[in-house]
Amino acid sequence: MGLLSDPVRRRALARLVLRLNAPLCALSYAAGVAWFLALAFPPLTQRTYMSENAMGSTMVEEQFAGGERARGWARDFAAHRRKAGALPAAWLERAMRSVGLEVYTQSFSRKLPFPDEAHERYMVSGTNVYGILRAPRAASTESLVLTVPCGSDATNSQAVGLLLALAAHFRGQIYWAKDIIFLVTEQDLLGTEAWLEAYHDVNVTGMQSSPLQGRAGAIQAAVALELSTDVVTSLDVAVEGLNGQLPNLDLLNLFQTFCQKGGLLCTLQGKLQPQDWTSVDGPLQGLQTLLLMVLQQASGRPHGPHGLFLRYRVEALTIRGINSFRQYKYDLVAVGKALEGVFRKLNHLLERLHQSFFFYLLPALSRFVSIGLYMPAVGFLLLVLGLKALELWMQLHEAGVGPEEAGGGPESSPPLQPAQSVGLASLVAPLLISQAMGLALYILPVLGQHVATQHFPVAEAEAVVLTLLAIYAAGLALPHSTQRVVSARAPDRGWMALKLVAIIYLALQLACIALTNFSLGFLLAVTMVPAAALTKPYGPRCRLGYWPTVWCPWGCSSPGSEKLCLRPGLPMSSFLEGTALVHLLLAAVRAQPHRPQRASAGHWVRGLETTHTDLPWAQPHERHGGRQSAG
Amino acid sequence: MAAACLRLVWLAPLLLGLVDGGRAEPPRDALREELVITPLPSGDVAATFQFRTRWDSDLQREEGTDHYFLRYAVLPREVVCTENLTPWKKLLPCSSKAGLSVLLKADRLFHTSYHSQAVHIRPVCRNARCTSISWELRQTLSVVYDAFVTGQGKKDWSLFRMFSRTLTEPCPLASESRVYVDVTSYNQDNETLEVHPTPTTTYQDVTLGTQKTYAVYDLLDTAVINNSRNLNLQFKWKSPPENEAPPVPFLHAQRYVSGYGLQNGELNTLLYNTHPYRAFPVLVLDTVPWYLRLYVHTLTITSKGKENKPSYVHYQPAQDRLQPHLLEMLIQLPANSATKVSIQFERALLKWTEYTPDPNHGFYVSPSVLSALVPSMVAAKPVDWEESPLFKSLYPVSDSSSYFVRLYTEPLLVNLPTPDFSMPYNVICLTCTVVAVCYGSFYNLLTRTFHIEEPSTGGLAKWLANLIRRARGVPPL
Repeated sequence: MGLLSDPVRRRALARLVLRLNAPLCALSYAAGVAWFLALAFPPLTQRTYMSENAMGSTMVEEQFAGGERARGWARDFAAHRRKAGALPAAWLERAMRSVGLEVYTQSFSRKLPFPDEAHERYMVSGTNVYGILRAPRAASTESLVLTVPCGSDATNSQAVGLLLALAAHFRGQIYWAKDIIFLVTEQDLLGTEAWLEAYHDVNVTGMQSSPLQGRAGAIQAAVALELSTDVVTSLDVAVEGLNGQLPNLDLLNLFQTFCQKGGLLCTLQGKLQPQDWTSVDGPLQGLQTLLLMVLQQASGRPHGPHGLFLRYRVEALTIRGINSFRQYKYDLVAVGKALEGVFRKLNHLLERLHQSFFFYLLPALSRFVSIGLYMPAVGFLLLVLGLKALELWMQLHEAGVGPEEAGGGPESSPPLQPAQSVGLASLVAPLLISQAMGLALYILPVLGQHVATQHFPVAEAEAVVLTLLAIYAAGLALPHSTQRVVSARAPDRGWMALKLVAIIYLALQLACIALTNFSLGFLLAVTMVPAAALTKPYGPRCRLGYWPTVWCPWGCSSPGSEKLCLRPGLPMSSFLEGTALVHLLLAAVRAQPHRPQRASAGHWVRGLETTHTDLPWAQPHERHGGRQSAG
Repeated sequence: MAAACLRLVWLAPLLLGLVDGGRAEPPRDALREELVITPLPSGDVAATFQFRTRWDSDLQREEGTDHYFLRYAVLPREVVCTENLTPWKKLLPCSSKAGLSVLLKADRLFHTSYHSQAVHIRPVCRNARCTSISWELRQTLSVVYDAFVTGQGKKDWSLFRMFSRTLTEPCPLASESRVYVDVTSYNQDNETLEVHPTPTTTYQDVTLGTQKTYAVYDLLDTAVINNSRNLNLQFKWKSPPENEAPPVPFLHAQRYVSGYGLQNGELNTLLYNTHPYRAFPVLVLDTVPWYLRLYVHTLTITSKGKENKPSYVHYQPAQDRLQPHLLEMLIQLPANSATKVSIQFERALLKWTEYTPDPNHGFYVSPSVLSALVPSMVAAKPVDWEESPLFKSLYPVSDSSSYFVRLYTEPLLVNLPTPDFSMPYNVICLTCTVVAVCYGSFYNLLTRTFHIEEPSTGGLAKWLANLIRRARGVPPL
């Protein structure tokens, strides 16, 4: 406090921030990236541990022995599916009823925004079949879900077989305290989403589906199973859900403990777990896994059907059976036993899974990085924007205040007023325009798709891309058309104020994104921060080269390229980010021919002050510049 | 066979004497007990015990009941378990020593897929003018055995398989002790269910609107408990029945919460009337805890896609921490339809001491109670309640065309916005305190402008100098 309230020290600090701004920015950026890369190394990664007391030990005796039954059902299912060409709902219904479940079906259809690549069709319809195992004596208030998604190809038959065998085994047990729903969905994720929406009686994606006849209370946890072979060499676990949501870490811990108990080989992102964390190799391998996870999470797409459950506050993960060229293979019994253990433990839950972490990164299955440890990485990156904003603020401020401090009389106060009025009033129009551009990017591609296909000979998918390109092309003209607004009287102050607002806005947006989806926030920050910090207009025409920094967070939330059109609140389409960046670069390149020699950041302040000496208000600047060079 | 008859002759006078002795002076404590067993074609079997004890009371019946004092309370969270059964059994005159109650063995009763236990107590009139009253204690226990779990896939049952006990002797205090087995044939064939030993009498009746046939075993009849002094009823399906769902009842209901997120939601109750051609009214009673703030204007009732206007609505709003919402409606259910009653709510924030010890489990919302007069397919005869079996009173018939049903839907589990009662929560609280303390001084710093105040020296000289400066047109010092 004393540091800031003492004007002399305050001035010294301000001078320090101004003079060392570029090195500080570079240092902060490097620190952010280095911190992120260090996340996979032991002091920052911790061992996972089970927080939920109800699932504390793996002391359950798995008795599942229905491997032969599972294979039989899988064969039958595959045969019936081949014959029917779709999900054999009637056969499945009969099979589920024969093991004693309460069986219901749900039919759904959805018009796709783009035709299906494989079949050139818009209307997708299917039937979900689910059976409910009612827990004896419980009042159907809670349930668990085991789901198998079935696509149009002939995969996942073994998963259906295993599901039926597990259902038959579970049905004969007396210890269930929660209902168990065995769900087989058609059309992969589309079916899962249709079922979830019908179960919660909401319509988020414009799906047409028949209402569900049977329900089983609040779903506590879900496991999705994908299995296409009779034997597996390893099980891969997927946790990343819609918009980068993650299930509670305890669910993953639970699965991992049962993998260890059954001696199963479990992988994450298809990578084996490193054994040795003391040498460099282990963490390096962990870093690869972590990077893959960050990419997967940043995409915002669910990495399996479990991802759709997370929106409804149902902790879920997907388990995929992998059959590769390894010596040791496990049959369905081993997988079934692991699942049985997981379900029996989930059955013990007294509360929803809430004890452990919801925000984490995983360098390996048994190691995690908590939110407290990874947030500094993005914090350092955003500090660059903060420093830049501080510098701009001081420059704007000292442009008015500096002469006064240097001993000027009352004549120095008038320039302060126009500077502030330029700074605030003129910013409204460009900000509104850029927000409108962002909104257009979010809405127009999907809205304009029909119009485009009616009037132009283009396909739907092309129409969206073309609309996006058109908006960006219009965006290129923006600096030109709005430059007048800013450069009326005080061009330098104008763009500095605009850049100040844009940078703060960007920092806030990135911070919000990083809170909800760290990976997306971090990737955006890594790519956008240097561009946003370095962008600077040269010459009269490219004053507003940093426009895209204002739009981009808007653009990032466009659902346009989502094929499923699940309409997430904040999905990232890498395409949009890419175009926004390209746009930034374009602006920078266009800036080059005018004054190429001013590109380096080191000349930033000096360059500013010497460029516009011919302007009427440049008087205090010169003084200021002189004072600076003298100091 | 002949030997058995002979023994009957021997025993009969003894038994008659006993019974006659009982009748000479009507017992003050009268117990009637019965067990109804309903085997289903799916392989499940339901067993319902009923015990009715009556004793005289010296209380005089008040003229008219003041319904102002009527109270209704629900504890939706409670799950029935052994600790509910033991005190319940102790209320029985014979405890679990003799009669039907020997079958009440906890480990088998709780090895079932459905369990329901009830105690009713009410005053009944002893004479037509109702000058004196008796108290009636009625205890009911229903269990459903499951072919998949307890039956290990077999569909044939016996008393021993169900309860791991057999009946040995009647309760000496009982004036009536009977076992009814539902032998109604599901197909048109004569008999699909075979019961052993062969029943001496059968009883025909209309239950739940359908004609039913029961095989009756009277434990007070010495022929039933044979010479080995135990009765083990066995039921065998003659032709293995098809794996088909039992017929759907005319009135059934389902309740669920829709929506996601922790702010809003919707309570939905689906009422099904599967009667092919008759509509009937149903009285829906909902009590919703105060922490779900109901939006009554969103109450919608739709049947077959059209709005269904309830003929009677009574709503009593909740008071925070004092009383729950009470919503009572009389709804006409069209024939062969599903009616959806939905009402939106907002989740309230509780005070942090008001959360239960397991706040993340969720909060229970009590079941809706549906009361209806369901039209029956077969006309029922008016009955004399005292003479007919006890189970008749489970579904009382007011007139011949309908029977009374009260249904409870499933309770609901709703998650409320819950603070994280853990270390991070404390950290957040601490951080917020620190931030709040720091905020004032930072705000002060940021909004204040600092000037260096020069100590004012040379007051008169400066004033003079300024005068001269002003005269010269130079800014003052």
